[in-house]
Amino acid sequence: MSTGNTTHASHVAHHFRDSEHQFDSAKQGIWLFMATEILMFGGLFVAYIIFHAIYPEMFAEGASHLDWKMGFLNTLVLIFSSLTMALGIHFIQVGQQKKAVVSLALTILCGAIFMVVKYLEYTHKFHLGLFPGRFLNPEVVHATHQNLGMYFGLYFCMTGLHGTHVLIGMGLITWVMIKTIKGDFNPEYFTPVEGVGIFWHIVDLIWIFLFPLLYLVG
Amino acid sequence: MAATTNASSDLNYITEFKGIKSWLTSLDHKRIGLLYMMAVLTYFLFGGIMALLLRLELFSPGANFLSADQYNQVMTYHGAVMVFMVIIPGIPAILGNFFLPIHIGAKDVAFPRLNLASWYIFMIGSILAVSTLFTSKIDTGWTFYTPYSLKTSTAVITMVFAAFIMGMSSILTGLNFIVTVHKLRAPGMTMHRIPLFVWALYSTAILQVLATPVLAITLLLLIAERAFGVGVFNPELGGDPVLFQHFFWFYSHPAVYIMILPAMGIVSELIAAFSRKVIFGYTAIAYSSIGIAAVSFFVWGHHMFVSGQSEIAGVLFSFLTMLVGVPTAIKMFNWLATLYKGSVSFQSPMLFALGFMFLFAIGGVTGIILAVMGVDVHFHDTYFVVAHFHYVMVGGTLMALMGGFYYWFPKMFGKMFNESLAQISFALIFIGFNVTFFPQFILGSMGMPRRYFDYIPAYHSLNSISTVGSWLIASGFFLSVYIFWQAFCHGAKAPANPWGAKTLEWQIPSPPIHTNFEVEPIIKAGPYEYR
Repeated sequence: MSTGNTTHASHVAHHFRDSEHQFDSAKQGIWLFMATEILMFGGLFVAYIIFHAIYPEMFAEGASHLDWKMGFLNTLVLIFSSLTMALGIHFIQVGQQKKAVVSLALTILCGAIFMVVKYLEYTHKFHLGLFPGRFLNPEVVHATHQNLGMYFGLYFCMTGLHGTHVLIGMGLITWVMIKTIKGDFNPEYFTPVEGVGIFWHIVDLIWIFLFPLLYLVG
Repeated sequence: MAATTNASSDLNYITEFKGIKSWLTSLDHKRIGLLYMMAVLTYFLFGGIMALLLRLELFSPGANFLSADQYNQVMTYHGAVMVFMVIIPGIPAILGNFFLPIHIGAKDVAFPRLNLASWYIFMIGSILAVSTLFTSKIDTGWTFYTPYSLKTSTAVITMVFAAFIMGMSSILTGLNFIVTVHKLRAPGMTMHRIPLFVWALYSTAILQVLATPVLAITLLLLIAERAFGVGVFNPELGGDPVLFQHFFWFYSHPAVYIMILPAMGIVSELIAAFSRKVIFGYTAIAYSSIGIAAVSFFVWGHHMFVSGQSEIAGVLFSFLTMLVGVPTAIKMFNWLATLYKGSVSFQSPMLFALGFMFLFAIGGVTGIILAVMGVDVHFHDTYFVVAHFHYVMVGGTLMALMGGFYYWFPKMFGKMFNESLAQISFALIFIGFNVTFFPQFILGSMGMPRRYFDYIPAYHSLNSISTVGSWLIASGFFLSVYIFWQAFCHGAKAPANPWGAKTLEWQIPSPPIHTNFEVEPIIKAGPYEYR
């Protein structure tokens, strides 16, 4: 290294002893951040549980308006994207840069497919008049439960917040993919890919809970 | 001292880089601490002026110079600014940022870039919050209770979103501190050798990371509620306003300990340093911080004794709340035991620490009184509650923050301040505080409700006394500002260790160099080896 410091590789910040020290610290930070993500979604899940206990029939009616096939397709897409993400990290670890880039690109593609399906679902709901909260007119959609707007409020809040995370995840994966193409990562240093990977898996995991709770609850 | 002769030529963290840009892009935890200090002190002035306006309006009954609506707005800004922009970030983001890495023998926090990002996020959130002053203001109180916060025409969405953004900053600071404490301790710096201030910040960081996300989703739901009428918090749409209170206090009660735990950490440092004694019960004080953090997650219901939660829940929350008294008392008794037979010197930082113990004892014990459900039904939403939490927040946190500022000012800026003026400032704040808030205990027990801009004539004289006290507090704080400014411009050069303390920051020059330590320290003993 040009700095003349033989123990510090270029990616290691001055306050860390070595690459491994930095990697461990970053990973702990990422996991803590994931805990905050889960707690944040946790609030929505608690709201879901409480109102499901009070208005079970509202949830049944709401779920009947959702197309489980679309949701199931998205579930498969995201599970597959978790595989490609893990493969991306694996290929960087073994130094196969090209395969890593392909895997990351596939992951982004899966994210995009997920969002397109979500877009189609959303526009279909809007077309039918299934808006969140007070914008849902029970008479227009022939609702039997007067609070159906709350179901779709929760539906749009939960899937909307999740979708935002998918978009952020796609942005982050694009960032690490560009860095991979530039050759910034190698088997000794791939911390950002690992971190983004953990984030992506958690986002997928949240969907795995959202899908049955929203689509299959009827 | 040798330090005086060679320090003039040495560069420190302030002089090594120059220009505004070097500050705004600095990744140095010490500089970021000072950036936070500028912001928080500005907001403290703002929140303080709001407090003075409130007290002035309450000087006598009837509408004096504020209308009822204006009073509600001033009260909301006082609460929201002081909570979200002063007391929560205050000690961790300023003094914690500056001293946590030094205390554990590290060159910086684990994620310096994230640390700077936290400051920018905080600034975006806080400026957004203040910006509502120039739009439709806000009058919900800092708690944003539904259903009123859904109905008022004021800028709830902007303010709530601002609080959300500041919460994000708080989470990132906490995350940074946890990893720093785990991963960046110097060789030999075991968890049982870190200063108690670090233990306190560590416990605080756990709360910041685990509680704030729940506030985040609550605030997002509140925004969705206002924007789309989702209905979860709105009884008209089948929702439950009490659910909002549960969500809100699930964060905001632990947040109370986010405010007080770092203050307890400072007091532990001050008591040991100015008693010239090994702190009594290091392990007990350290783990009681974790204990308070743990229990704090299970007591939120004591804010809701009259909100319609079930009686069983009320009884459970009542007992659990009293449980907080145990680790808190452990700290108090250990501090007292440290003072016992110590060589106590009553310099200004120590005066603030002792002031803290005196006032916090009153704040804490009245907290136990309020935890008794039957009593709370009587005291709920009266000035007794106002007095209680001001004894904890101001008498506790702000006293400790001032003590910390006086203690560490020579280290941070390399200058000594005027000690006798500092003692006068302490006296003004301490006496003023009691004059302001002690009458409020009496007013509360007489039944005066909080948050009203008017009151019956029977409460007049005590309210007037309280208002006069607020002027004393204000003069004490302004005197402190003058002391610091005068010291900063004309103060004598501070030696490396003016107090003769043993923690690591006093073993390096004042002010410290950019990387804190010339060589990585190797730790062979605990932080308070005074004998």
